[in-house]
Amino acid sequence: MDQLLHDFSPGLFFMQAIILIILIVLMIKFAWKPILDALQTREDGIQDALDSAEKAKLEMANLNADNERLLKEARAERETMMKEAREMKAKMIADAKEEAQAEANKTIENAQAAIESEKKAAVAELKNTVASLSVEIAEKMVKSELSNKDKQLELVNSMLNDAKLN
Amino acid sequence: MEIPTLVGAGLIVIGGGLGLGKIGGAAMEGIARQPEAAGKIQTAMIIIGALLEGLAFGALILGK
Amino acid sequence: MVAKKSINFITVLVFALFSISTYADDGEQKPGNKIDTAEEIKEYIAHHLKDSHDFHFYTHNESGKHYSFPLPVIVWTSNGLKTFMSSEFHHDDSGKVVVDQGDTKLVKLHSKIYELEPGETTVSFDADHHATNAHAVLDFSITKSVVGMLLAGLLMLLAFGALARGYKKGKTIPTGFSRVLEPLVIYVRDEIAKPNIGEKKYRKFMGFLLTVFFFIWILNLLGLTPLGFNVTGQIAVTACLAIFTVIIYLFSGTKDFWGHTLWMPGVPYLLRPILAVIELIGFVVIKPFSLLVRLFANITAGHFVVMSLIALMITLKESFGPVASTGMSLVLALFIMVIEILVAFLQAFIFTMLSSLFIGMAVEEHDDHH
Repeated sequence: MDQLLHDFSPGLFFMQAIILIILIVLMIKFAWKPILDALQTREDGIQDALDSAEKAKLEMANLNADNERLLKEARAERETMMKEAREMKAKMIADAKEEAQAEANKTIENAQAAIESEKKAAVAELKNTVASLSVEIAEKMVKSELSNKDKQLELVNSMLNDAKLN
Repeated sequence: MEIPTLVGAGLIVIGGGLGLGKIGGAAMEGIARQPEAAGKIQTAMIIIGALLEGLAFGALILGK
Repeated sequence: MVAKKSINFITVLVFALFSISTYADDGEQKPGNKIDTAEEIKEYIAHHLKDSHDFHFYTHNESGKHYSFPLPVIVWTSNGLKTFMSSEFHHDDSGKVVVDQGDTKLVKLHSKIYELEPGETTVSFDADHHATNAHAVLDFSITKSVVGMLLAGLLMLLAFGALARGYKKGKTIPTGFSRVLEPLVIYVRDEIAKPNIGEKKYRKFMGFLLTVFFFIWILNLLGLTPLGFNVTGQIAVTACLAIFTVIIYLFSGTKDFWGHTLWMPGVPYLLRPILAVIELIGFVVIKPFSLLVRLFANITAGHFVVMSLIALMITLKESFGPVASTGMSLVLALFIMVIEILVAFLQAFIFTMLSSLFIGMAVEEHDDHH
């Protein structure tokens, strides 16, 4: 300890203090401040670049998602359009079918009605023909059997009533 | 140097050596257990070692 | 480009120093005596570990010529400031040569300058070889250590100034030698300052920490060159560095820090004054003392060991022969030298680390436990 204190030189201490103070001031002014500032700026720049890259990536992802969504929408639209078209087709076919059916039914009905009326007319004609025929027959008979004319007519009428057509 | 001074210096060195050995050993064990924390353990080890060294040197110089 | 220029400048400077040394000071002294006994080696090492007033490179054995160049001596004596070149002492270190500066007579004794009491013409010694009729003077000389510091400061200004200029010129990535320096600056900032002081407050102390780190490191490395600097092995230098740290952390201490130091919460009231005294002694005396002693002792011990191992060449010549002793000393000295290069960095790192640790303690906000 004594040796140490003996070796301690106050003058050197003083010189060192002055040199150190000057050195610190000079170094801060000419070296550390610009260096640290430059490092800080550079690191901030790198951080910014990283951030913007991250942002760009996010935007890209968003864009992709958008595209995907649009595509999906388009697909869905196409799907619905196709479906509608298909439905329309089906409906048209069904409609046509129905119409045709109705037309056919109507034709058949008409035909039937015509047949019916024809039949009725035929029957009426037949009836008339039969009646006139009968009257002729009866006339002939009456002519031939004039004696018993009244009796004979009565008989014919009753027979005609019995032989009703249909 | 007189004999007592030398003996004292020897004792200081023994103490310092034991301390440093313990620090080093513990640090090695720590690094072996957790190699990923090696950097932190090393720094802590150096600081503790420096404190111990300061103590030992202080004692040596006070005794000189 | 700038780095290249500065390297050229340094080379020129070094050559200039050497060229001075060869013609400066051809004082006719006692023939340079070979150093070949254990006592002489011990003395030589002790002399090296001290500061010196001239830059001594080499003494020619036969002619006794000293190859060295003198440095200015600036002393504050009882008769005011005296300045002269150290060549006036003619390499005397035993108080034999008396420099007469008109009203003051000065001698140099074991690398210290003494002023003779008025009326005396020669130094007389007591039994312990202490001067009895002279007293030490305040010595502001540009000693070898001061030259070392100036050299280190110059190197730092050149190297880091070049790095800073590179950034200013718009280069975002430094080139050349600056590329080596930039990671070191980032290392000090990210590994030493930020973790210990904290993200918010570290910036204010970076100037001091960086300067001290590189100053100590460069001086430690200069000490390993054959120029023979031993700056960080001077107790005055390390004391000054430690006192700077203390001043900085005492003056930047927060209210919290002083509260915790002087009136520790959560402790019985009777214990608080005792704790305050202990803490204060710790912060004002023990911490700086351990800082200064650690650096001083490490570097001094390193120089001592390296020089002793080199001296093995001489001391073991008798028993092993010149070749074996030289080889042994070379191998051992090389081995220790490699360790010393590591120690040079480690001590700079530890000093900065502990400084920032103490500063961190002083500026810490303890809002987490209230």
